[in-house]
Amino acid sequence: MSPWAMVELEPAEAKRQISEGALGALLATKRTRVIAALARHFRDIDLAEDGYQDAALAALRNWPQKGLPHDPAAWLIKCGRNAAIDRLRKQKRLAEYQRDNPAETETGDHEAMLAEEIDLSGLRDDVLRLMFMCCHEELNLSDQLALALKVIVGFPVEKISRALVVKPKAMEQRITRAKKKAAATAASLHTPTLQERTARLNSVCTMVYLLFNEGYSAGGGDRHIRAELCEEAIRLARLLLELFPSQPEVMGLLALCLLQHSRRAARLNDEGELIELGDQDRSLWDHDAIAEGKVLLEKALLRGRPDAYQIQAAIAATHCNASSADETDWTEIAALYLALEELQPSPVIRLNRAVAVSKTEGAAAALTLVEPLGKALDAYLYFHTTYANMLLTLGRKTEARDAYRRALQLGPTAAERAQIDNKLRQLQK
Amino acid sequence: MYYALLIYGVEGVYDRLPEADKEHIMKKHSDLQSALSDAGKLGPVVRLIGTSSAMTVSRQGESLAVTDGPFAETKEALLGLYVVEADTIEEALAYAKRLPAKIGSVEVRPIGWAGGGDVTMGDG
Repeated sequence: MSPWAMVELEPAEAKRQISEGALGALLATKRTRVIAALARHFRDIDLAEDGYQDAALAALRNWPQKGLPHDPAAWLIKCGRNAAIDRLRKQKRLAEYQRDNPAETETGDHEAMLAEEIDLSGLRDDVLRLMFMCCHEELNLSDQLALALKVIVGFPVEKISRALVVKPKAMEQRITRAKKKAAATAASLHTPTLQERTARLNSVCTMVYLLFNEGYSAGGGDRHIRAELCEEAIRLARLLLELFPSQPEVMGLLALCLLQHSRRAARLNDEGELIELGDQDRSLWDHDAIAEGKVLLEKALLRGRPDAYQIQAAIAATHCNASSADETDWTEIAALYLALEELQPSPVIRLNRAVAVSKTEGAAAALTLVEPLGKALDAYLYFHTTYANMLLTLGRKTEARDAYRRALQLGPTAAERAQIDNKLRQLQK
Repeated sequence: MYYALLIYGVEGVYDRLPEADKEHIMKKHSDLQSALSDAGKLGPVVRLIGTSSAMTVSRQGESLAVTDGPFAETKEALLGLYVVEADTIEEALAYAKRLPAKIGSVEVRPIGWAGGGDVTMGDG
């Protein structure tokens, strides 16, 4: 038998049908860009969303038979523009639109648009503008996230209300209100100068990071992690990095999100409760995400402008480098927390530094860092357990017992409660 | 003769596929890999991390410049590659057809020389 025949071949005529799932996935990768371009063109987010919907439906009808267009995003933008103009015509708003866009006459617009090359380099600012609108300073954080999930990510209201733990009806109203506020800003957003672009990018990075955190340490509701929010935040960070490939802030942001999210499968026990880093099964960590996060962090650090994202990513990477909790490089972690504290002084960062210091210099040194934090972190369960652990190590039993008891008053999970009860029993011996 | 099967596609699509589609794709890969491996024709198989993680070194005048991102901005990116042994390009094409390329394409490219290979690779 010739080696040629040893591998069984698929029939040559087997058709390569594009599955609905694959088309949907392709459309989803282009969605934000298309909406951003349409929103800039029409200065109307609702119309942009509708135009995209129409274009996506047209793509689902056309692409399976005719094949994929050379540039799917450009195809969707052109198609979405025509669909939006049709909608304006039906709503009798076309005259108003034409008055604002005298270059496009009703009869010639279709051909003119098809002939026109879509300026894809402008898309970068379009996407940034759309995302920046969603973090308008007049919107509170939860409205910003809701609007971003609706407009940028494309979640249905029902899904957003579940993710942010708000009733659907109320969510709908909040999104409508937020959209109006955002639209008012949009009208005044011109093409940014270099400085403005950096400022917009910073705001957008913050919003993406907050979205990630909303999923990573989900506050309300019945789940400690809402992976879908983390994943969407990671996608938005990827999109930003694609558009701004040389920005170390964006590299650090994506690295941080990837490294934190890499531990998701190990972070919850069977009861859905959080497991501390030191007790996690490290074989469950996502090593692909860790590899990518570490490379992006290295790239960012080459720029020599370490910021809070990069330092936090470096802390996460140091944890990821240890194959067991005992092998953690606590000296490095203590140094990184010190750098972070200098950049962003905060009691929680100090507390985390103290934990690292307790591993390298011992509980006594750590305690001097923790003691002044009692007032600021009195309502923070993790402060009291950390403080108590240090006191216990130093044999100061009465104070340790008080601290553990205070922790019990701060709503521990069942697993945390079991651990604290265990310590208290130890103290009674 | 050795061939490279260069897999191109739109980044971010795989990530958004329904689970069943992902499983179907992984099965196609593992089927091809085991068939080629049984035949003693399987060389290295590589999955690349996204182009945003790439850096490019190029000459600019007298010096070398290092820039962020891939060498060329394209609609489809190189996502991964296989090195296979095949007697004819037709045989190599047949292998390429067994790879999942629902959105994207597989370029079959003859290899002139390949060597080195002291490193056993696994996960990055």
